[in-house]
Amino acid sequence: MQVRISKIILVIFFLGLLAVPLVLKRLSNRSEAARLAGDPGSALSRYGFRFEEVSKASGVNFTHKAPQLDPKLEHIMPQVASMGAAVAVADFDRDGWQDLYVTSSGEGSFNALYRNLGDGTFRDVAGEVGLADLNRKETGVSMGAVWGDYDNDGYEDLFVYKWGRPELFHNDGGRGFTRATEKASLPQWVNANSAVWLDYDRDGRLDLFVGGYYPESVDLWNLKDTRMMPESFEYAQNGGRKYLFHNLGGGSFEEVSEQVGLQSRRWALAASAADLRGTGFPDLFIANDYGVAELFFNERGKRFREVGKATGVGFAPKSGMNVAYGDILNTGRFSIYITNISEEGVLIQGNNLWVPREGTSGDKLQYENLARDMGVELGGWSFGAQFGDLNNDGFQDLYLTNGYVSADKGTNYWYDFSKVAGGNSTIISDAKNWPPMGGRSLSGYQQKKVWINDGAGKFSEVAQVVGASDTYDGRSVALVDLWNRGALDAVVANQRGPLLVYKNSVAPENDWIDFELEGGSSNRSAIGAQVRVYWNGQVQMQEVSGGSGFCAQNQRRVHFGLGKNASVERVVIHWPSGKIQNILTPRIGKVNTVKEP
Amino acid sequence: MNPAYSPPASPSTGEAPESTVSGSARGRRFRYDSRLTAPLFITLILLVGQLSFGILESYYKTALAIGTAILVEVVLARVFTGKWPHLASAYISGISVGILVRSPAVWPYALCSAISITSKYVLRVKGRHIWNPSNFGICAMLFLASDSVASLSVQWGNFVWPMLVVWALGSIIIWRLKRFHICATYVLSFLFFSFLRSWLTGHPFLAEVAPITGPMYQLFVFFMITDPKTTVKSKPGQCAVAFSVALVEMILRLNENVHAPYYALFIVGPIANLIEMWWTARGSAATAEPALTAAARNNG
Repeated sequence: MQVRISKIILVIFFLGLLAVPLVLKRLSNRSEAARLAGDPGSALSRYGFRFEEVSKASGVNFTHKAPQLDPKLEHIMPQVASMGAAVAVADFDRDGWQDLYVTSSGEGSFNALYRNLGDGTFRDVAGEVGLADLNRKETGVSMGAVWGDYDNDGYEDLFVYKWGRPELFHNDGGRGFTRATEKASLPQWVNANSAVWLDYDRDGRLDLFVGGYYPESVDLWNLKDTRMMPESFEYAQNGGRKYLFHNLGGGSFEEVSEQVGLQSRRWALAASAADLRGTGFPDLFIANDYGVAELFFNERGKRFREVGKATGVGFAPKSGMNVAYGDILNTGRFSIYITNISEEGVLIQGNNLWVPREGTSGDKLQYENLARDMGVELGGWSFGAQFGDLNNDGFQDLYLTNGYVSADKGTNYWYDFSKVAGGNSTIISDAKNWPPMGGRSLSGYQQKKVWINDGAGKFSEVAQVVGASDTYDGRSVALVDLWNRGALDAVVANQRGPLLVYKNSVAPENDWIDFELEGGSSNRSAIGAQVRVYWNGQVQMQEVSGGSGFCAQNQRRVHFGLGKNASVERVVIHWPSGKIQNILTPRIGKVNTVKEP
Repeated sequence: MNPAYSPPASPSTGEAPESTVSGSARGRRFRYDSRLTAPLFITLILLVGQLSFGILESYYKTALAIGTAILVEVVLARVFTGKWPHLASAYISGISVGILVRSPAVWPYALCSAISITSKYVLRVKGRHIWNPSNFGICAMLFLASDSVASLSVQWGNFVWPMLVVWALGSIIIWRLKRFHICATYVLSFLFFSFLRSWLTGHPFLAEVAPITGPMYQLFVFFMITDPKTTVKSKPGQCAVAFSVALVEMILRLNENVHAPYYALFIVGPIANLIEMWWTARGSAATAEPALTAAARNNG
């Protein structure tokens, strides 16, 4: 009898174990259903903001085109020609309104420069100013762009990186652009998917980092052979080289990656710079596809030291595709968001949210991945993501876009993909071994993620409710106040899809404050300047960025939501030059223009 | 995968033969417990993978999987058999879960280990567990928690030397343990079915062969399908089962099932065991019946 009872207990225990995943899933679904209940109209009252897609109404009519690469890749073309939709924000003509530069990648297709007319509409002026016709088989096609005033003349210049010949354009007083590529001594061919402006040595001139993806010897339109794929899905080191162009002034640059220790052959997909340790020098985070991430600490502008493993961020190899910094807990320290791949039942890499480990700082800085704990781990085949306070409640939220190849609905290439991806390097690295996609989707038609931050360590996903409901293959996201209303709008560039402009309506009761910085002895774009706002007993830090996310650049202006009844105690700006500026009476609800003293 | 050479709960019923190794010059004799071969081998695979590529999601997740497996084994063995178990089996289960389960969450590692070990005590027919424990545990997780769990498929290094070392060493060890025929049958069957799949689908042959060049198959071939506790006894039967696993796997692969090998073993393993039990019982009954008849005649 006793034996029988113990057996019954054992069976119940066993069934209980089997039920655990189902119970967890049910609880998760229930809380999500409760969160998503209600119509989009209620989003404003529930979450404090709502998006409305207004691209057509505002005159933005842009569709990204993908390249047609070497016919030897025809059977897997959607998988290979899968990037190039990008957006970078700047006020190129200094009229006070943020403009958009967006890239296309089809041979013969045009990039666009949407000038913000200030009346709610935009006009593409890329053709007029010489920034449209950059996509040619002979010179490669655009993958992205970043704005930065490399000659400190007050106007943002433009660097366009490509699978092909990179291009630098000098901004001629906001009226036009002059090609400056040759003078800058840029290489003839780089297959790049990331670039960022930074003043790594704090000499007051912007330098430029460029991260190669495919090796620079590969011409994707004229392949010598088909052995151009990564040698491993997560341990590949046969990608493109890295470049650091040191700005010598007068439009000249010197490539110094080897001298400063920025040598890697990993497959870089995203990079962004920020001063993570309070040294005054920008550190560099590189998210690599097919491998571990790399974090380079800046050794006082002399060298970079790779500290991925030491800091904890370079341990588990994944498919890194994004780097975004955000002070998500209002502690005055940056967390770092890296996107990866999660496909239910096949591959659950999970995105990484690297939060500084308590008690670590400086050279001993360490990070722990709290993406799961904070609720921002699963984003599908994630690409671009950006932090920004979308509802002005005083906490940095997160907008993520995703989706790899949306082809025939109801079809799936994942089985064939995973079959080869797990194979030996001689198999995976040769494109001819990859089964034909045949019109099948690969993590396509995915729902986007908009996570709002409760400030206490949890994010809630509200994309569908707040109106971010598209299912295009999203690549690049930029957050920008397009209408100067104190609200961050979202611009999303989609692969083989339209450029979407999500206009943000924010509940008016929340306060905000913006800062438009102009460097003096620092670089004039003020890239690298850190702004700390102290208000209502808390502090939040943001940094002017020369590129973040995936193939994206937010507005240079920094935007702080402050919540209700805000009272700003002080604002402290750490300029790249080392100067520290206190602003005692900033104006809430305004864009505060600050020049470096 | 488990008990590659899973020791039973009670040492007295152990299957794996113990071997002895002559000791030092003083003439002492050290006894080498052959049940340690499999744990040592899987630890070696782990070390090769970790040192060459850093394969583990994290040390603590693997440690959690191993610790949970050992803890559950000890508790269940004490409660239900009253004996202290040999821990090699639980160690292999735990380390297998630690390598094969891929999840950014922590709980799947503990849960999968717990399910694997508990299945040994619950899913028994005539005193014998019929599923390979860690195969059962991983299949349960893939089926029930697919939103949180995937299996090792693409996450290990794709380079040839670590793979060759493991295959060569594994083959030698498996040969010495007299189970190489199972691995060989499976590998040859897989290659044959790869050719067949390539012919049927028109996909490159190397694409079809690719999976077996990955690390997951090293563990699958050396530890799961050779597990003595959950494979049939006869040598021809073992070869037939290995072939059947490859056959069912091919069918699943033609239906684009990403976890085909796990599910194939999940399906074929218990069926083969049940057939063997039925066959053995039938044979025993046939021999017992004349004996009983004779005894009755004598008594009568």
